[in-house]
Amino acid sequence: MSPQTVFAPWDDPHEKPLIQFRNVTKRFGDFTAVDNIELDIFEREFFALLGPSGCGKTTLMRMLAGFETPTEGTILLDGKDIAPIPPNRRATNMMFQSYALFPHLTVRDNIAFGLKRERRPKPEIDARVDEMLRLVQLQKFATRKPHQISGGQRQRVALARCLAKAPKLLLLDEPLGALDKKLREETQFELMDIQEKTGTTFVIVTHDQEEAMTVASRVAVMDHGKLVQVATPDVIYELPSSTYVADFIGDVNILEGRITGQDDDRVEIAWAEDQPSIHAKARVALAPGSTAYFAIRPEKIAISATRPETAPNAVTGKVLDIAYLGNISTYHVELPGGQVIKAQSTNTDRMAAREFTWDDTVWLGWSDAAGVVLER
Amino acid sequence: MRRFVVVAVPYLWLLALFLIPFVIVLKISLSDPAIAIPPYAPTLDLSEGWQGLKDFFAGLDFENFAFLTTDDLYWKAYLSSLRIAFVATLFTLLVGFPIAYGMARAEERWRPMLLMLVILPFWTSFLIRVYSWMGILSSEGYLNQVLLALGVVAEPLTILNTNAAVYVGIVYTYLPFMILPIYATLEKLDMSLLEAAEDLGCSRLSAFWLVTIPLSVPGIVAGCFLVFIPTIGEFVIPSLLGGSETLMIGKVLWEEFFSNRDWPVASAVAVILLLILIVPIILFQRNEQKQREAEG
Ligand SMILES: Nc1ncnc2c1ncn2[C@@H]1O[C@H](COP(=O)(O)OP(=O)(O)OP(=O)(O)O)[C@@H](O)[C@H]1O
Ligand SMILES: [Mg+2]
Repeated sequence: MSPQTVFAPWDDPHEKPLIQFRNVTKRFGDFTAVDNIELDIFEREFFALLGPSGCGKTTLMRMLAGFETPTEGTILLDGKDIAPIPPNRRATNMMFQSYALFPHLTVRDNIAFGLKRERRPKPEIDARVDEMLRLVQLQKFATRKPHQISGGQRQRVALARCLAKAPKLLLLDEPLGALDKKLREETQFELMDIQEKTGTTFVIVTHDQEEAMTVASRVAVMDHGKLVQVATPDVIYELPSSTYVADFIGDVNILEGRITGQDDDRVEIAWAEDQPSIHAKARVALAPGSTAYFAIRPEKIAISATRPETAPNAVTGKVLDIAYLGNISTYHVELPGGQVIKAQSTNTDRMAAREFTWDDTVWLGWSDAAGVVLER
Repeated sequence: MRRFVVVAVPYLWLLALFLIPFVIVLKISLSDPAIAIPPYAPTLDLSEGWQGLKDFFAGLDFENFAFLTTDDLYWKAYLSSLRIAFVATLFTLLVGFPIAYGMARAEERWRPMLLMLVILPFWTSFLIRVYSWMGILSSEGYLNQVLLALGVVAEPLTILNTNAAVYVGIVYTYLPFMILPIYATLEKLDMSLLEAAEDLGCSRLSAFWLVTIPLSVPGIVAGCFLVFIPTIGEFVIPSLLGGSETLMIGKVLWEEFFSNRDWPVASAVAVILLLILIVPIILFQRNEQKQREAEG
């Protein structure tokens, strides 16, 4: 990709953000749900919020939609404070985590609800609703009431309802959680397509890190009301800022140790008594003697029967467990000191031809740029 | 066997508490008044055997029902009862809905106490409560004293012994029957629905009209029937608070029974009243069933 086509307004100091959170804090009583957040979201972004249950994702969304007011700080939309604007005047639509479908209205009337409030002409509304029904593949269920359709179908109605008005900013609180994998992928694709076409900005909450990776322009990882890291999906995955982020997204081995030597950007980490020190490249300067964490993804570790000659890091151990996932296998390898390291290999051959089995002695090797060195 | 019991018990219940008394009343309504104890004839005398049964049935006729059509007092009383019940139900709804709404929107820890306040008056005698309204509404009553003292009126208002007093009495008495079912539906209402409506462009007020009201319809309908049905036959309130203009079938019924001692005509009045009541009762049952289905 040439630099011109890369969509990265957050790197451009001249770009004006669509949404700005300025030191936003939200408290419920003495419980802090959102803690001093500074965040810019740009137009046309597909911004994903990720974090464990109860970390404040929904609260953040509700402040954008206008159902909660920040206890401290301001939220700017297009440079203007949105605090005085009631929810029905905001150019945002929200898909609720609980769907919040109107039980007394049919699927069709649910989707048309927002359009009717704008007093658009009836044929226009009908056409738009039909389009939405087609999009979420619910044409056949248009006349049913919400309690007469399945959970996944309800989720799609909720999605269609908030998409119908084509707002400037769409807030989706776990929009695809109840859908099966195939439909979820199709809908993800549709969402990206809608975004291409309409230039809508999306803020989406998801528990599914794969989804965040696929659709998001940037991902924010939250913990206890704080933003831990905000970055593009590949940065989050390859260069997590802390073990928390590394652990939250994807599978990872985290080895705790002490810095014993540093030479330029290379560090040596002593991490277990009878194991060689880890050689790794560090992006931050770490003082010798300080505690460090080495985080490495299982797929970055090569597994072999003999000692890898070229790898700067190599350890040996016994296969403890094998998790067969179809396309890949994860080997849990126990080192003599009892530590377990996970390594992944792609299954190019079929099951019968697998190289290693339980209790085999194997070697694990990785390069010095395969993992990241973290302070915490 | 269990199935049989489950089905049979309510029917036995209905038979004992409704059908048998109804048959007795129906029988009396087909009899003729007599100076005797009980004050009607014929009475079934089984010692006469087959002949006695035949005489008994020969003595029954529809005279009393025919009589009800000759005097326009009766149909006017039925109509007037329906009208008063209808208007009173509307008033009760107007007073009850805001109360129920306020209760459902109150903080959760207050709700049990508010419910208690609604139910509490039921723990004192109904008669005493109606009598105390006489004390409030009469021309020397508390209401007039306050109004006179404040200078709102120059002359005491005549409220007692008018239809207005009857409405006050009915609204007061039946208010809990309106509040409780409406409260039950409003309390279940998912607040995120109102947020969703606002998010989609509704003002608070239109969200109320488009979401809150339609979703509380089952409660409103149930409340209206629970007030309307017993009000039609209401006797105590119109006779204590109403005046000569207040024409209600309950009062007519009472007078037939106890002033005229004409049990057959009184029974005929009661049978017709029951037939009139069956319509709203069936509608009420339908509403309840529909609601159960929607929830189930
Ligand atoms: N109205 C409220 N009153 C009190 N506490 C609240 C309220 N709303 C949210 N909270 C608390 O704030 C915290 C954050 O809630 P929030 O709904 O934002 O979590 P979330 O990240 O969306 O979680 P999930 O992934 O489970 O949906 C939770 O601990 C929750 O209990
Ligand atoms: Mg949530």
